[in-house]
Order: sequence, then structure tokens, then C-alpha cells
Amino acid sequence: MIDKRVSSAAEAVGDVFDGAVVMVGGFGEAGSPIELIHALIDQGATDLTVVSNNTGSGEVGLAALLKAGRVSKIICSFPRTANSTVFPDLYRSGKTELELVPQGTLAERIRAGGAGIPGFYTPAAVGTPLAEGKESREFDGQEFLLERGLKADFALIKGQVADTHGNVIYNKTARNFGPPMAMAAKVAIVQVNEVVEPGEIDPEIVVTPGIFVQRVVEVADPAFESELVAAGVSYP
Amino acid sequence: MTHNAPQTSIVGRTRQEMAKRLAQDIANGSYVNLGIGIPELVARFVPEGRTLIYHTENGLLGMGPSPEPGAGDPELINAGKRHVTANPGAAFFHHADSFAMIRGGHIDLCVLGAMQVSKDGDLANWSTGAPDAIPAVGGAMDLVAGVKSVFVITQHCTKHGDPKLVESCTYPLTGCGVIDRIYTDLAVIDVTAEGFRLVELSPGVDFEYVQERTGAELLPIAHT
Repeated sequence: MIDKRVSSAAEAVGDVFDGAVVMVGGFGEAGSPIELIHALIDQGATDLTVVSNNTGSGEVGLAALLKAGRVSKIICSFPRTANSTVFPDLYRSGKTELELVPQGTLAERIRAGGAGIPGFYTPAAVGTPLAEGKESREFDGQEFLLERGLKADFALIKGQVADTHGNVIYNKTARNFGPPMAMAAKVAIVQVNEVVEPGEIDPEIVVTPGIFVQRVVEVADPAFESELVAAGVSYP
Repeated sequence: MTHNAPQTSIVGRTRQEMAKRLAQDIANGSYVNLGIGIPELVARFVPEGRTLIYHTENGLLGMGPSPEPGAGDPELINAGKRHVTANPGAAFFHHADSFAMIRGGHIDLCVLGAMQVSKDGDLANWSTGAPDAIPAVGGAMDLVAGVKSVFVITQHCTKHGDPKLVESCTYPLTGCGVIDRIYTDLAVIDVTAEGFRLVELSPGVDFEYVQERTGAELLPIAHT
């Protein structure tokens, strides 16, 4: 019998090790797996390389992980958001390294990593400062940049419903980076509002097939970053 | 038209009028991505009888207007991270698919803001290059590289009165040779192989007034 359920967010992130590469889903607060991130803060792993579109807001979720000093490098497309003060301070003081990646290139690097493709050519960023040091090649008279696939040791993802086989469906624009990150991580951990038995999700609507997911954990009533920030919460 | 009008006078189009003017040029049935800021205003002015499908790169086609205050869903947002709605016929998808739509040339039009546009169609709109600034690029480089037509909507000059339409950009580039047309408070201008070419002056604005505020030669309206 396959049962990928784990009983708590703490158990789900228990084996994240120092120096791990951790992909964190979410675009702004939509799809940000707050409970898994907070469990990771409690767990204590450090010197992490985080792959995420943003850097969180206030002092909760991803911003709290950064503030706790656990992230040595972030691979990111837009590390500047309203209410985002933690990362700018870390960046200016040189405590966290930033690899800035165009958003579509970031998504495709993650997808490629999960699809067994070590590199690909993209037209994005040709002729810009983000092309510096990158191999380029001409196809059909147009210049493209070589970009590398990205893999991770762990991915922290927020879905809506999963079954115990790890099949996942998402909620609206909270889907964002979840499916490609699940593919790219050795251990994809998905928090969902509800875990159901196999057969309860119509196979026609499965978004992330269970083969890409190693652990599911039920967080029935997940917090939202904006609500925590508005309430003045600072984690831990 | 006077050239020494006091700075407080309002010359040319307002932001709403700029957005309305741009909206006239979007064909019925287009798939359109609107950037953050003035570009977002364009959706309000789509002419009667035309249906456009809005793409927001975080993962929604068929984006609708903002919800009533208090009715927003934190998991239904646009690229500016604001609450939006999904129109009938909308679709959600993940980021890699969303940027396949962009990079793969499936989106017809993208409307962006600009810090600078060069006469060769280079765009700078993501960074001033200031050493203490936190660099953040988002999807702008992917959009300009992949979308079939890219329009810029912007004030003709900066707050300090410097031209935004220039010979060559001094800020870090977003893309090279990517801009097709520019809509400003003063004029509509095409980027052509010969450089900036005037398409239309805003009401009450003359050619010399626009040329004086443009950092490169402005070619007159082409009479074809």
C-alpha cells in the first residue's frame, strides 16, 4: 500500500539538511507554503540555497526563514515586494547571495531540471546584464542564451487537495511554481488543505501526478502571509 | 501651442486618455498581457464590441476585473499581486506553461511601462543600475523576448523632464530591439528601422514640442 501522508509539517521537513537546495513554491502569498516554511525554521537546517520567485513579506514565511539566517543563497526573479524588508537588508549586508533570474527562465530551469534536461536555449535576457557570462548561440538568425536546468534536494509546495498517492490539485493562481518544483526535487513535500483516499480525485483533473510527490501533509486551515503581516506576526 | 508654457500646465493626454488611445489599437480576440501601472488602465477602455483575453503571467488566462472590496481571494491574484477575478472561459496553469505561452509567441500583445526606450527599440524598465538598489526583474525580459507585439505606454519625459525616448538607453536593458510602438502623453510613435517615427500627435501638441522632449530624431508622420 502506498501512503505518502505524514502526520505533521515538522515530520515532513525533518530530514532537510544543512546546505540543502530547497525550492519554495508561491508567487507572492499565493501558494506560499507558510506552515512548511515555519516547520523548517523550527527544524533548524541552515546554509540553505533557496529557489523561489520572491523573498516573502513582513517577518513570516520565507521572509522569516531569511531573517533567521538560514539562507546563504537565493535564486529568485523578483526579490522586492511590498512589505519586504528582510531580504533587502540581508542583500545589502552581503549575508545572502542573490542569483537573479528572469521569471520565465526560472520556471523553465526548474521544469527542465525535473524533466532530465540539463540545459536549454532561451531568447530572454539576450543583450542585457543578465546575459553576462552565459554561453550564447544563434539559431535561425536569432541569438539565444544557454540556461541550466535546476534541481533541488527538497521542494516545499502548497496544494489544495492531495490523495495518499501524492496526486495533487491546486487552488487558482496558487498553482504557480508547484508543478515544476515537484518535478525538480528529490523530495517534494506538499501541504494541502485536505488529504483524500485514492480514487477521490478524478484522474482527469490531477495536476501533479503522484510520481513527483514524496510526502503530503494536511494543513486544514493554512495561514495567509498578508493576514499574518497585518496582524503584526513575527515568526518564530 | 506655446513652447514656454509654465510647467504646471497640462499638455497632452492624461494617463486615462493614453490608455484609451492604446486600447483602440488592440484587435478583437487578442491575447494580451498588461504590465503593472499605466498598462493596467488599458483594460478599462477596450472599445465596445471587442473581446480581449488577458493573460497574467503568474498563471491565468481570462483575467477579469478587480473584485468588490473585501471579496478578494488571496489565491486569485495578478502579476502585480493584486486580487483579480477569473472571467467565464478562464484557465489556470503553472508558471512553466505560462511562460511557454509568452516565449512560444502565443501572446499577441504585451503593454509595458518604460524608464527608457531607444530609437532601435531597446527597452530599459527594470533597474536604474543604482548600486544599493535590490535588483528585481520578474517576467519583463521573457515578455519582450517572446510576445509578438510589444507596446510601451509611458509619460514622454521623466518627473525631472528628461526624455525617456533616447538615442541609446543608459539604464540596464530589458531587451534589445523589442519595442514596436510607444504611447505617451504627447504622441504615438513607432519604432522603425529608421528610428522613431511619429504616428499621431496628442490634441493640442505640435511636432516641435514633441521633438524638443525626445532624445533622438523624430521622423515626421509617414504619408503612404
